[in-house]
Amino acid sequence: MSRISKFAARDNGPSARIVGFFSHLRFNNLKLGVSEVETALTILGRINLSDPFEVRRSLKPLCVGNLDESRRFEDLFDSYWMDTGRVKRKVIPNGNVASEEKKVSEIGDKASDNSESSSGAQNEPDEETAILNDQREGELVAVEEASKMHKDLREFVTNQEIDDAMEVAIRIGKALRDKRSRRLVNSKKGQALDFRKTIRRSLSTGGDPFKLINKSKPDRPKRIVALCDVSGSMNVYSKIFLAFLSALMRNDKNTDAYLFHTELVRVTDALKDENTGRSMEKLSLLANGFGGGSRIGHSIKKFSKTYARRFVNSRSVVMILSDGYDSNNVNDLVKALTNLKKRGCKIIWLNPLKGWKDYAPVTASMAASLPYLDLFSAANTLNDLAALDEELEKL
Amino acid sequence: MEWKDLQAALAEQSYIASDELVVAIQLALSLERPLLLEGSAGVGKTELARALSQTRSTKLIRLQCYEGLDAAQSIYEWNYQRQLISIRAAADDGISREQIEKHVFSKDFLLERPLLMSITQKRSPVLLIDEIDRADEEFEAFLLEILSDYQVSIPELGTIDSVTKPIVILTSNGTRDLSDALRRRCLYSYVEYPDRTTEIEILKVRQPTIDLLLASQIIDFVQKLRKEDLEKTPGIAEMLDFSAALIGLGVNDLSHDPEILQSAMTTLLKTKTDQWNITTEVAQRIAGQAA
Repeated sequence: MSRISKFAARDNGPSARIVGFFSHLRFNNLKLGVSEVETALTILGRINLSDPFEVRRSLKPLCVGNLDESRRFEDLFDSYWMDTGRVKRKVIPNGNVASEEKKVSEIGDKASDNSESSSGAQNEPDEETAILNDQREGELVAVEEASKMHKDLREFVTNQEIDDAMEVAIRIGKALRDKRSRRLVNSKKGQALDFRKTIRRSLSTGGDPFKLINKSKPDRPKRIVALCDVSGSMNVYSKIFLAFLSALMRNDKNTDAYLFHTELVRVTDALKDENTGRSMEKLSLLANGFGGGSRIGHSIKKFSKTYARRFVNSRSVVMILSDGYDSNNVNDLVKALTNLKKRGCKIIWLNPLKGWKDYAPVTASMAASLPYLDLFSAANTLNDLAALDEELEKL
Repeated sequence: MEWKDLQAALAEQSYIASDELVVAIQLALSLERPLLLEGSAGVGKTELARALSQTRSTKLIRLQCYEGLDAAQSIYEWNYQRQLISIRAAADDGISREQIEKHVFSKDFLLERPLLMSITQKRSPVLLIDEIDRADEEFEAFLLEILSDYQVSIPELGTIDSVTKPIVILTSNGTRDLSDALRRRCLYSYVEYPDRTTEIEILKVRQPTIDLLLASQIIDFVQKLRKEDLEKTPGIAEMLDFSAALIGLGVNDLSHDPEILQSAMTTLLKTKTDQWNITTEVAQRIAGQAA
């Protein structure tokens, strides 16, 4: 790790390398603009540049914006400055060399000999390292290779279906709007007079209240948190659910979405993408392992221990889209649901199997979780989902 | 090595900060940018602002965010009761309208709230915007404006420019995602639970009389406990309470008396389930490993 990247003599000096470093970070999904590069150069002018640790520590607060980025920064820094890339290059199959070279063209000093082994004279930083690092962490740009063996979600969802799902999502979003609140806030059209503010305003007109100020109950929408099962047994239904998730997200940007099979992945950021095709592409990369077994208990437990602590409160509606076929014991699931319930949220379980004739929730995990559910309903098709709005309004 | 000086200064105020955090603060100071701190509850985010204000001997102005926080509570408000009284009194004295108006909209009637207060200080204060994630998104947008210009306009008085730029520290527990715009404007640092050495240091600074053996036992115990499956992980404040409780109970060795240990644990475990899960046996096991 102590080796430091050597840059080609023909490059344009330190500023160019910093610019290169920032495009390396941007390529790895860190949100950085031009002004950050400028600030970075200012910072570097003030510190001891010969100490890599000081440089690393000083650039970190500027470049990262959340915990995830904060943890990834070390690897990204190493791969660019500390020359940890070269050796791993051999591992990369030759198939996508061409496309990857396009992506990394910003780094000017990249050697043209891509197939060269680690014994090369120059040790340039390269972004493939980051790709590899990312791959280890399940990052989306990285799984290009690994996902080939899995199904591509884009094949499942057509644009028409997404449009239909959008309508359903709008209806459900409306149904879940929470109108109960005791506190009144200022509003243009209100149900009551705000005396304090009216009198305050009347001062400017010599005590005559010309302008009446109203207040009313604020409209506080419920926040939907959707957990979608994409395991093998859900294959047939995933198509509808994914379109539904993406529509929910587009309808209300506060929606939070997760996929789970044997692991849990947060897909909120991927779904936020305005471009449906691209967002589906990201999703399919994230759903690495899609179509495999399912560990509902494990996934929901992980959710309740991590994300739920941050994102679930009494205004949340946790929507679990799953058939309840679990290959694990149910203790975890029950514990997780108890914990979720304690946060004051509503839990809805939409089970595609419930639409079947004579279905009874007899699978261990389904039976055990019934007492914790506020609504247990069928969901095979978009129409079923659309019919939910009346029941949701009652919640 | 400026940041090392800062680290030493913070240590003088009984705040032991990691290198990474100190560099982030140093950068925030030299670039005059706000610093956003995230981390679990109880890792010392708020405490940092207090220590920082003491090292620089400036005022600490704190704005605690909550849902529904608005401009009137965070920037300024007219003291309208006083204005009303004043108008009444002036009417009796037969003072002209213009004069009354001028009088009631003077600075005497202005109630300064934290954000306005922080830009009107003679010496740049530390402005702590605590738990920004609890405030509404509208407030966040509004805060962005103030953090970029450091000026406030009051229709009746005109624009109030900043006398000095405050040192802004924002903290967040991550109850919701903050906007990218706010994140971009700030420097960022994630505050982790301290490692063993640092935490022993913290304990020694706060409890100077503590026995070294007991100190290391306490820290090992608490750090092991954090790895257990708990609803509420004990933070640094809980650890300090725990050690104070043990010292108060006259304990010299953790594994000595299971019952006393169990009763001191009330300072660490804050929910019923956690107290239920960490039974005397479990506590003894952990204490045994720690000893």
